[in-house]
Amino acid sequence: MNEKICNFIKEKFGEQAVVSTDFSGLQGIIVLQTNLIAEVALLLRNHPDFYFDFLSCLSGVDLGVAQKQFAVVYHLSSITLGHQITLKVIVDNNRQVNDLPKVPSVSQVWRSADWHEREAYDLLGIYFEGHPDLRRILCPDDWEGFALRKDYEAAENYGGLKIKWEGAKNE
Amino acid sequence: MNNLKTDPSQLKNEEMILNMGPQHPSMHGVLRLELVTDGETVKDCIPHIGYLHRCFEKHAEALNYQQIIPFVDRMDYLTSMNNDHVFVMGVEKMLGIEHTIPKRVEYIRVLVCELNRIASHLIAIGTYGMDIGAVTPFFFCFKEREHILNLLEWASGARLLYNYIWVGGLFYDLPIGFEERCAEFLIQFKPKMEELDELLTNNSIFINRTKNIGILPLDLAINYGCSGPMLRGSGLNYDLRRIDGYSVYPELDFEVPIGTGKMGTTGDCWDRFDVRVREIYESIKISEQCIKRLTKELKRSPDFDPRAKLPKKIIPKAQEFYIRAEMPKGELGFYFIADGKSDKPFRCKARSASFSNLSVLPALAKGAMIADLIAILGSIDIVLGEVDR
Repeated sequence: MNEKICNFIKEKFGEQAVVSTDFSGLQGIIVLQTNLIAEVALLLRNHPDFYFDFLSCLSGVDLGVAQKQFAVVYHLSSITLGHQITLKVIVDNNRQVNDLPKVPSVSQVWRSADWHEREAYDLLGIYFEGHPDLRRILCPDDWEGFALRKDYEAAENYGGLKIKWEGAKNE
Repeated sequence: MNNLKTDPSQLKNEEMILNMGPQHPSMHGVLRLELVTDGETVKDCIPHIGYLHRCFEKHAEALNYQQIIPFVDRMDYLTSMNNDHVFVMGVEKMLGIEHTIPKRVEYIRVLVCELNRIASHLIAIGTYGMDIGAVTPFFFCFKEREHILNLLEWASGARLLYNYIWVGGLFYDLPIGFEERCAEFLIQFKPKMEELDELLTNNSIFINRTKNIGILPLDLAINYGCSGPMLRGSGLNYDLRRIDGYSVYPELDFEVPIGTGKMGTTGDCWDRFDVRVREIYESIKISEQCIKRLTKELKRSPDFDPRAKLPKKIIPKAQEFYIRAEMPKGELGFYFIADGKSDKPFRCKARSASFSNLSVLPALAKGAMIADLIAILGSIDIVLGEVDR
């Protein structure tokens, strides 16, 4: 199934659409070109052979400070056909606050992506282009920084309250 | 700072912004709904979540796998056993030891999970009755739930946050006499459940209050990523215990109840409620089968050690893995990235059922009455600890 999906994407969008694949682990992973993710997602959802109608999970990942890369991982499953696939896009970014990594939004394909993308934006600072309402969701609106980034440092204060945990220095 | 998404200057003459929650019993925790209302009709509903956000995922990156389990407990604090089970299954699959777990351990896990599922559904039913004005069932439910909590406390030492299921085994074997007490409880619970069923499910006031309200069509439910009783209430036979067949569920006999639109339209609030009620009966069935096996072929023996298979050090090889399983509210998933060197996950994302289930609320609320909104929210059965993580 994994190869079939991979070949299908290559056939439709050209060889370069698939950056890399990893089918050796427990779950097959297809790494796609970032700008194609929304179109591939729509096609995979609508195609009768694959019919990925359920977006299980959408996660943003910070691949490390030295790597200077962010990833967005899509776990799709098909309720009718009962198979699963993992799609992934990797974006280079120099971790500047005013230059967020940009990924096309899939919230038009699966509406469950709406809140998941807001969460990825809130915690990792991944900007989803075309998202209808990209606001912070879990942290307050005036929160500074993105908490799940590997280089995140908590502010000293928030709203007049001291939030930095002193114990971290002693470790 | 303005906490509203709606711009008050853009409102039409008749419209008004109403903040519902966060500190209100019918919000099931700390959820704030920003409503744009026209008289009694909801024009728009914008949920504001995050009041209980603890950044579980950041904590998880600083702790090893065994230490994360207490944090997983606190996500959906009503179903800690189920959370633990999913998490532990994921780590075991990554380590490749899922086939070495003794059968008795697996059956104990399923037994405690199903007991916890009953407890969670009892809360869902009881508070739902209370949300729409039936106070008596609430006490019925809490009385029975108390027995389950006592049983689980006896097994694990804690009433709500168990930390009982460990990677590779269990914290401890069941206490002596647990199976018998549990069987006794189920015998007395079944008629009580039927009584509760008569009291609420088939009560005509209750039916009139919940039928044809908050209708969730199946395609919308799938598109919004709803799972669990939300999805089954819309008439789809989709239970991950059956689909994925994890743990010992393939060996057990149980039905998957779905909504049929018996009282109104398929996918209305009554259907979702009814699915939960019938799931309790199925959980009783599963528990009875587990107890039967635990007292017969998988009987306790003095030399049985549930910690025998615990790995000394939990270091999965470098990989990514997404585990999903059915907890009472729906599909709970964990996405792990292990780097192969450390005993801490590089990334541990939790996909919680309530989070996706709640995201469908604006679609259901549009055009509903304010009083019905409470009925709709109650039928989604959210736990904010899991929504906010």
